Amino acid sequence: MSEAAQELTVSVWRGDARAGAFQGFRVPRFDSQTVLDVVSWIQQNADPTLTYRFACRVGMCGSCAMMVNGVPRWTCRTHVSKVVEAGALTVAPLRNLPVIKDLAADMDPFFEKWAGSVHEPSASRDDEIAEIRPDDPKRAAASSAIECINCAVCHAACDTVAGNPDYLGPAALTRAWTLFNDTRHGGDVLEVVSGAGGCHNCHSMASCTANCPNELDPMSAIAGLKRATVRRVFRRD
Amino acid sequence: MRKPLWYAYLLHRVSGLLLVLFLPVHFWILALAMRDADRLDAFLALADRPMVKAAEFGLVFLLAAHLFGGLRVLALEFLSWTASQKTLAAGSVAVSFALAALFLLRAI
Amino acid sequence: MINRPLFIIQRLSALVMVPLVFGHLALMIYAVQGGLSVDEILGRTQGSWFWFCYYGVFVLAASVHGAIGLRTICGEWLGLRRGLDMLTWLVAASLTCLGLWAVVAVT
Repeated sequence: MSEAAQELTVSVWRGDARAGAFQGFRVPRFDSQTVLDVVSWIQQNADPTLTYRFACRVGMCGSCAMMVNGVPRWTCRTHVSKVVEAGALTVAPLRNLPVIKDLAADMDPFFEKWAGSVHEPSASRDDEIAEIRPDDPKRAAASSAIECINCAVCHAACDTVAGNPDYLGPAALTRAWTLFNDTRHGGDVLEVVSGAGGCHNCHSMASCTANCPNELDPMSAIAGLKRATVRRVFRRD
Repeated sequence: MRKPLWYAYLLHRVSGLLLVLFLPVHFWILALAMRDADRLDAFLALADRPMVKAAEFGLVFLLAAHLFGGLRVLALEFLSWTASQKTLAAGSVAVSFALAALFLLRAI
Repeated sequence: MINRPLFIIQRLSALVMVPLVFGHLALMIYAVQGGLSVDEILGRTQGSWFWFCYYGVFVLAASVHGAIGLRTICGEWLGLRRGLDMLTWLVAASLTCLGLWAVVAVT
């Protein structure tokens, strides 16, 4: 940024679950400005009734994800200079989720899909701790989702979720893949992901993998689940 | 947001949809062969028209695209390939185009 | 929309059709030379158990595969939720009947 005179034209989604429309704002440009800075500037200087969600501002908490120019992103880690198009930005709540108000999406449907993929311990504190070698292939595969912070960017990017709201989606399925590879997990995750909304609905479009801010690979994890669920039918293991 | 693999998905879906809609027509025309050979011959004579040639080219392309796109999906799901899927997708389109072109060249 | 049994049937029918489609494409490229005629088609297929089995299996696999594919498309693009099972059975059954009728007609 050379001149402070420059301004951004920002379209922000305003509304609730029933109705809404984009509202225009003019926001001054700053050096190293993030999209979250832009939204905060509007809330602090133009319209204090603007509702949005954030917490850590450093890409740790996963609460500030929004649609920026039609792409799901962490707003706190997205520099304006990277995404601005002809001096304009469009900011909307995450796709594939109901809207609570303005930029705050309702995360309940997203987290409800994780319900089947909750850790169930296979041992109690009285048992020996299971020995798991760091270089064990299953342990390595389990790492694929350990860095997931539940930001729902992949969920918003997924066109299969858009067409089929019952589909568990990339985040919950990647979590299931980690549990499947976790020898200390006592539950039967393969049956959870084999139902009508399960992993077999994935069309491998890879929007999840392409958009994940943590560079995780949900599409390959889901392919792993497909293989494991089918192998169980034919090999009974 | 949408990447090359999304177009691969769309091509696979549209080709599959058109093929399944074409199947009943295909079956019905063939079944004519038993009941009324002259009518089928008259129908086959239509195949010399450029429009019908183009439609034939389209159908061969759809079948080839669905075949190679499907092989890509099977490989991705069951062989756990991770690298160069975009190249594979592009390659499948190229091969199907080549096959359809070969068909067209020999048909003319 | 698609559960594990449907997924397995879809992928198995696809695997069965891979060699059949390659053969079908090759046959089309070969047969279309010099135009098609009823005599030419029937001369190749009539009384042939090989072609009866080849296209019989092809019809069965394509009917099931197409029915499940159409089910997914109706669910995702048309938002259909009820009656998907019936639609799948109906499409599979009618494609099979029509297809086997055609196979019987040319062999």
